[in-house]
Amino acid sequence: MSTDELARELARDLARTFPAAPGENELAGELARDLARTFPAAPGELGRLHDRLAAAAERDGILDVAYRTVDSPVGSLLLAATEQGLIRVAYASEGHEAVLQALAMRISPRILHAPGRLEAAARELGEYFAGHRRRFDLPLDLRLSAGFRRTVLSHLPEIGYGRTASYASVAELAGRPKAVRAVGTACATNPLPVVVPCHRVVRSDGRMGGYLGGPDAKRILLSLEAAA
Amino acid sequence: MTGKQPFEAVVAAHGATVLRVCRAVLGPADADDAWSEAFLAAMKAYPGLPPDANVEAWLVTIAHRKAIDVTRAAARRAVPFAEIPDAGVTADDDGASLDGDIAAALTRLPARQKQAVAYHYLAGLPYTDVAAILGGTADAARRAAADGIAKLRRSYPGGRVRSER
Repeated sequence: MSTDELARELARDLARTFPAAPGENELAGELARDLARTFPAAPGELGRLHDRLAAAAERDGILDVAYRTVDSPVGSLLLAATEQGLIRVAYASEGHEAVLQALAMRISPRILHAPGRLEAAARELGEYFAGHRRRFDLPLDLRLSAGFRRTVLSHLPEIGYGRTASYASVAELAGRPKAVRAVGTACATNPLPVVVPCHRVVRSDGRMGGYLGGPDAKRILLSLEAAA
Repeated sequence: MTGKQPFEAVVAAHGATVLRVCRAVLGPADADDAWSEAFLAAMKAYPGLPPDANVEAWLVTIAHRKAIDVTRAAARRAVPFAEIPDAGVTADDDGASLDGDIAAALTRLPARQKQAVAYHYLAGLPYTDVAAILGGTADAARRAAADGIAKLRRSYPGGRVRSER
């Protein structure tokens, strides 16, 4: 490309960037900067307005999904709940942003960070990780799981705290003894890990098997339950 | 497939700009109410917003309507005085600063000029979008903003007076 061509291209870009008459822009640009400084929006004020919005949305029944995060021995967990109940627990490795985007598409984009609705879930998880809680007593929204996968999830709480069961025996529990591989898929796509205990499902040969939160998380949960 | 963002991301991306616009148009006292009403209404309507819509222009449009509602409600509440001193807005805690002067000058602009200045210069909307909000043509919106800026410069003399802190 010649120097002339480069210069012409640059001029076009500049014209696109500053389309108005230059005099007007110089005058007003300075004022606009002063205006923006004059009406600052401090993060604290926005935080307060955000919380007020979340409370009003909850009151008006338009907060379709509320979420928060909690710290835990298996890393930061995202908790999300509809008005029906807890709909999603997500490991950091799943990408919390991606999980929220998926919820926006599958459930509703009316999603806000609103810890209030998740107070009970956060408390029970805290008690569980402290070794003081053996079963969760939370309303669940199982909409993200359907068909046989949902059937499998509904049977997982039958494996008691501190115990494990093989994929094959869970297939039997779920009424389809030959669907061992489908049980593996159901566990790998469990939208409510930890709370719906897919970590208690292990391989028939005694090895731990895979886990959607990674092998370390599965080991931590199983040893936590074995110790308590 | 990319879908609509969670509304949380909309608040994070545009909350500050809409708050600035509300403050410029209404003054600090009523801005919070207009912001809250606007975002609540926006969240209600959000699932029906076309995926390719300009979210910021849409939010400023809603905030514009809510600001009018807030102004009308305040007018109904207000006790009329014989004469209102032209002192304008009180400055922030750090004294009678230039910020207070420019805010006061903006408050005294006619509503249309004030709105055109806020939507174009604070929200960064092109004049076609400003015209869609205010009614009228893009040229009329440009003139309203230019008149507003000219008046602001007269009551806010010297241009670059402020020294950077």
